Amino acid sequence: MIAFGQFLEILIGGLLSGVLYSLVALGFVLIFKASGVFNFAQGAMVLLAGLALVRTLDFLVARGLPFWAAVILGVVFAAAVMAIAAFVIERYVLGPLVNQDGLTLFMSTIGITFVLEGASQMIFGADNYPLRLFPTDAWFLFENQFPGGILVSKLDVWGGLIAGVLVTALAIFFQRTKTGRALRAVADDHTAAQSVGIPISWIWFVVWLVAGLVALVAATVWGTKLGVQFSITFLALKALPVLIIGGFTSVPGAIIGGLIIGAGEKLAEVYLGPSIGGGIEYWFGFVLALAVLMVRPQGLFGERIIERI
Amino acid sequence: MLRTFFLMATAAIGASVAVAPALAQQNEQYVPALVYRTGPYAPNGIPFANGVMDYWNLINERDGGINGVKLAPEECETGYATDKGVECYERMKSKGATGAAYFSPLSTGITFALTEKVPADKIPLLTMGYGRSESRNGAVFPWNFIAAGSYWTAADVAIQHIAKELGGADKLKGKKISLVYHDSPYGKEPIPALEARAKQDGFTFKAIPVTHPGVEQKSQWLSIRQDRPDYVLLWGWGVMNPTSISEAAAVGFPRDKIIGVWWAGAEPDVVPGGAQSAGYKALMLQHGAGKYQVHADIEKHLISKGKAQVKAEEAGHVLYNRGLLNSMIGVEAIRTAQKKFGNKPLTGEQIRWGFENLDLTAARIKELGFEGMIKPMKFSCEDHQGADEARVHQWDGKEWKIISDYYTADRKILDPMVKDASAKYGAEKKIDARDCSKES
Repeated sequence: MIAFGQFLEILIGGLLSGVLYSLVALGFVLIFKASGVFNFAQGAMVLLAGLALVRTLDFLVARGLPFWAAVILGVVFAAAVMAIAAFVIERYVLGPLVNQDGLTLFMSTIGITFVLEGASQMIFGADNYPLRLFPTDAWFLFENQFPGGILVSKLDVWGGLIAGVLVTALAIFFQRTKTGRALRAVADDHTAAQSVGIPISWIWFVVWLVAGLVALVAATVWGTKLGVQFSITFLALKALPVLIIGGFTSVPGAIIGGLIIGAGEKLAEVYLGPSIGGGIEYWFGFVLALAVLMVRPQGLFGERIIERI
Repeated sequence: MLRTFFLMATAAIGASVAVAPALAQQNEQYVPALVYRTGPYAPNGIPFANGVMDYWNLINERDGGINGVKLAPEECETGYATDKGVECYERMKSKGATGAAYFSPLSTGITFALTEKVPADKIPLLTMGYGRSESRNGAVFPWNFIAAGSYWTAADVAIQHIAKELGGADKLKGKKISLVYHDSPYGKEPIPALEARAKQDGFTFKAIPVTHPGVEQKSQWLSIRQDRPDYVLLWGWGVMNPTSISEAAAVGFPRDKIIGVWWAGAEPDVVPGGAQSAGYKALMLQHGAGKYQVHADIEKHLISKGKAQVKAEEAGHVLYNRGLLNSMIGVEAIRTAQKKFGNKPLTGEQIRWGFENLDLTAARIKELGFEGMIKPMKFSCEDHQGADEARVHQWDGKEWKIISDYYTADRKILDPMVKDASAKYGAEKKIDARDCSKES
């Protein structure tokens, strides 16, 4: 019974951790879906959004503002920072690269990563800044059935709820709004979209802004979990196998991929890790992703693209 | 005629401007600092770097240098990455009138890499409280100075403290002690010492790795929740430490049963966790937080004049103090070497002699303004560590409180380990061990 209880606890913990990875993966999906660009800078965007939020929050609270008011102003300021970042990226990096090869655009996002990482630490500081927006303690469920109960982290549950709301909002945005449909048109073909009058620079600004706002949401959850500091950028690496499994173009795929990776890596670490030296969860997600790639290269929910050569 | 005069005057002024720094440089001791003010380990790297730089600047501002020889500090950003650390080393090793005085990488990974290079370049490597534990043996590691304590010292003292809390070493038998460690050369260092103590004292030891940078530790702490060890030792760095404390709180593991190494016992490790960190304990590399006479000098000569790197409210934090100590040991090694080689910029080889003959007595420590922070240290050809003491402090939610007296590591266990490991290293690298009885 103890063994089954432990298994359940790790499974639930893994699934919920996976949803937190999905929060970061969603930002990648948005930009890829709307512009065909793999945005290497998504992790750096989470860092920038988190630092802008937490530093404003600390500044305002230190000056006697109530916490709730400081949170609202902090979120508004961080959103404004992400909007400025989106404008600058579109104007000075992606705009001049319209109609360039996808690989060129990808390389440009690597450059954006370095600039965002350096600038955000230079402007807001490189320390570890605590952020406490959600509860971090745990529930212990089924204590009568399992000795010690099944531990479920409240923060992870909050992360799951937030991811659910985000996915619903994004699905509505993409399917039901004019801008959402325009985003999909731009993703299919920049030139064709321009020829039917879709303002590509505006669309790219919108998509980078939305990805920036998703990064801000991810930063609130991950910042509460880890504190806001540079290592948050490494989450981009955790999101990569999630994307490979879920597919680069599917919002629900990002969630399902996150669940598979989260549960898979946690179970592997606990049950497989001790026999091969431990510390395997960091790469185990990529092994899972590789297995999916071999069977279904477009991911479980990705679009199968057939190109004429 | 007038044009020729102006040209000659301009040339003369230009030449004098160029010569002045060159002359100044000839009487300056170049001191490089490998720092990380950005990247995942910046929250810990920044206060240490501030301490290192502020002490060197204090020597220049207050004393006019070391016996008239001004220090010329320069930073190089490593981001805690071994490749960047080696790159910085290569760029800086030959700078200044006599080359780099010594290097302190604040990274076990960079230390491992530079240990292979410094013998050829003849530059000392000061690794206070980190690096290869066996480098205490100066006969095999002439250029490494693992001042104040190694990870084996730390592991031994941690077990001694647990034994004391349990009511005696005999109470360790049958207990479970787990090590949550950064999966890197740094994190793996204490394992042999802990295994040796487990064998001697009869406790069950389990090592649990956490992958760099340590942001995801849920499965490790869920395992700990199931294993229910009596104590957890934490060998983390950077964001791994507060994450461990948060995860421990989430699974309900008591924080006062966690003992961190001295690199997991500073403000950046506990402040992010807030109230969850209260009760957490950590080893002290002799010193902890707090202000002493040297801080008054820093306030007077640097902070009040706007010349300090540290913010006034952070002077006295654990890692800042460690940076001060690191530079103090380096400066005293240079001063010791000057007694033999003269008051001028010295080469790395000459400064190595200074390290090896450094005797920080209680009286000297008091003169330097460090009384109460550390105990006396004495280095020699055989002993590049100089001390075996450590204490334990506990975070009460607001500040560190010292909760133990000095422990002395059990050299009966550690000395044979140092001897065996250094002999193995020497054989691998084909190093002829020095005969310390013939060194002067």
